[in-house]
Amino acid sequence: MESVLGRYKNLIVLVGVLFAQVLGLAVQVKRTTDTESSRLIRIWAVNSVTPFEKVLNWMHHGTGNLWHNYFYLRGVRAENRDLRAQIEKLRLEQVRLNEDAAQARRLQALLAFKEQFISQTLPAQVIGSGGTEQSRIVYIDKGEHDGLKTDMAVITVDGIVGKVLKVFGSTAQVLLIDDQSSGVGAILEKSRLQGILRGTPAGEVVLERIMSDNAVQPGEEVRTSGGDRIFPKGLPVGTVTRVGNGPDLFLSIRVRPAANLSKLEEVLVVTKLVEQEPTQLQTGPVRAADILAQRLPSVPDKPAADAAKTSESSQAAAPPANRPSGGTAPPRAESIPPAPKPNISSGASSAASTNKTPSITLISPAAGSTGLRPATERRPVPPPVKVANPATPPAQNPVPPDSSTTPQDGPQ
Amino acid sequence: MPITYTSGEQVEVYRFNWLITLGIPASALFLQAWLPHLFPVFAMLDLPLLVTIFFAISRRNPISGLLTGGAIGVFQDALTGLPIGINGIAKTIVGYAASSLGVKLDVENAGARLLVTLVFCVVHKIIYFMVARGLVNLSVQWSWPHELWSAFVNAIVGVFLFFALDRFKLRT
Repeated sequence: MESVLGRYKNLIVLVGVLFAQVLGLAVQVKRTTDTESSRLIRIWAVNSVTPFEKVLNWMHHGTGNLWHNYFYLRGVRAENRDLRAQIEKLRLEQVRLNEDAAQARRLQALLAFKEQFISQTLPAQVIGSGGTEQSRIVYIDKGEHDGLKTDMAVITVDGIVGKVLKVFGSTAQVLLIDDQSSGVGAILEKSRLQGILRGTPAGEVVLERIMSDNAVQPGEEVRTSGGDRIFPKGLPVGTVTRVGNGPDLFLSIRVRPAANLSKLEEVLVVTKLVEQEPTQLQTGPVRAADILAQRLPSVPDKPAADAAKTSESSQAAAPPANRPSGGTAPPRAESIPPAPKPNISSGASSAASTNKTPSITLISPAAGSTGLRPATERRPVPPPVKVANPATPPAQNPVPPDSSTTPQDGPQ
Repeated sequence: MPITYTSGEQVEVYRFNWLITLGIPASALFLQAWLPHLFPVFAMLDLPLLVTIFFAISRRNPISGLLTGGAIGVFQDALTGLPIGINGIAKTIVGYAASSLGVKLDVENAGARLLVTLVFCVVHKIIYFMVARGLVNLSVQWSWPHELWSAFVNAIVGVFLFFALDRFKLRT
């Protein structure tokens, strides 16, 4: 007996080790809940790797930032000029979109339609990957200590990335949307067809469950439908690249993700979603002329003495359209908060206080909002056009009367 | 002569410092998790597998080889989102086979190492595919051109890696 054991010792150990692993696999496949038996091994493995990854990423980004922010500034001036031009263009477009959004909001309010808003996000840095082609996951440097939970949506500015799969102490595992086990409720932007977005074993992203009798064109944008209760509705998902016939009367639609999943560095974890009915806000329209007027050059501020003199002389001549908003027009020029050039401020707080004032919304991090909003959601009430310099008389205002900052006096 | 048939007594058996025994597999696992994040093409490489093959062939002890492969594979699985054991089973078998081959054959030169690594990479892929499909019911895709190309790239990298790791060998 001993000789047999000795002779087949290697084989017996091999069979034993394999049997133990097969048994472990069977247990894991059977239990699909979070209280899995392998969690301890995963915690050990992740905790032994991620600290080094964090350090290396910190060094990598540190040297990169040093180079890009202090030494390699070639073309920054030209880029800045282009960006300014782009901002102007976008502001004009935003006025048009605000109109559409306001209309949509009114209709939603009529239908008592509840929307999900991203109210809080947590920025995180991608520090590592799963390391295999079969499992498309990444690790981020935020975890349970930062308030992360499983099934939280992970996004970038470009589009959705995935969801939090497992949470550890100071790290978390994110399942990317191109993993074969992921599933996202998605909707085609133009045709409004809803399907399920899945990853393929080859790492591609396909939109499933759309009947083949529907017409879908390449180039159509795909957005989240909100049906999965993870991603709020309207976030950009990607673009349709190829449409073909799939199995069982369904189309096979290839989608190119909006976010570059192979080059992820910083992501946002949606830590809080708020569900609320849209409020119908009574706002006056903002015309493109208002925006254009702001781009006109303004007369520089005069000294206080001159301004007072000019103010007195021009008070009588000031057209009513240039009077400030907020009820009855003040009788004296000193109490008038006029503006030679209206400011466009970003922020929701001021918007709430002046509901009847036409304004322009700039959704930006500086606005005090901690989160992104769904792409379909536009704030109809931009911050009010503020009056910046009371000393300057309205007569010197380069803004034409019809584009003044007092909408109730204008043609509403 | 790339591969020499020899008896167990003729081939050289090596051992390693415990720091190397732990440090090199840990480094391979770390790099495997970190490098694809910076360079996605590195996901094609399987550094833990190459380290498994190297230790198995050098030690020429089947039990040591299969335990090393199993441990590395389980650790690698723990970093993925997949059930633990898929890589573990595949690397256990490869570790056992490589060390068994090391007992019979002397694979010290570049040509022999390239061939052996190429074969074991393909074997590893096949076992992985069978376990993932058969036991876990994952929809893993198999493509011969991709798998062969991946195995070839791994084998090339393996040759250089093995020569780099040779300096840590200690004669028994």
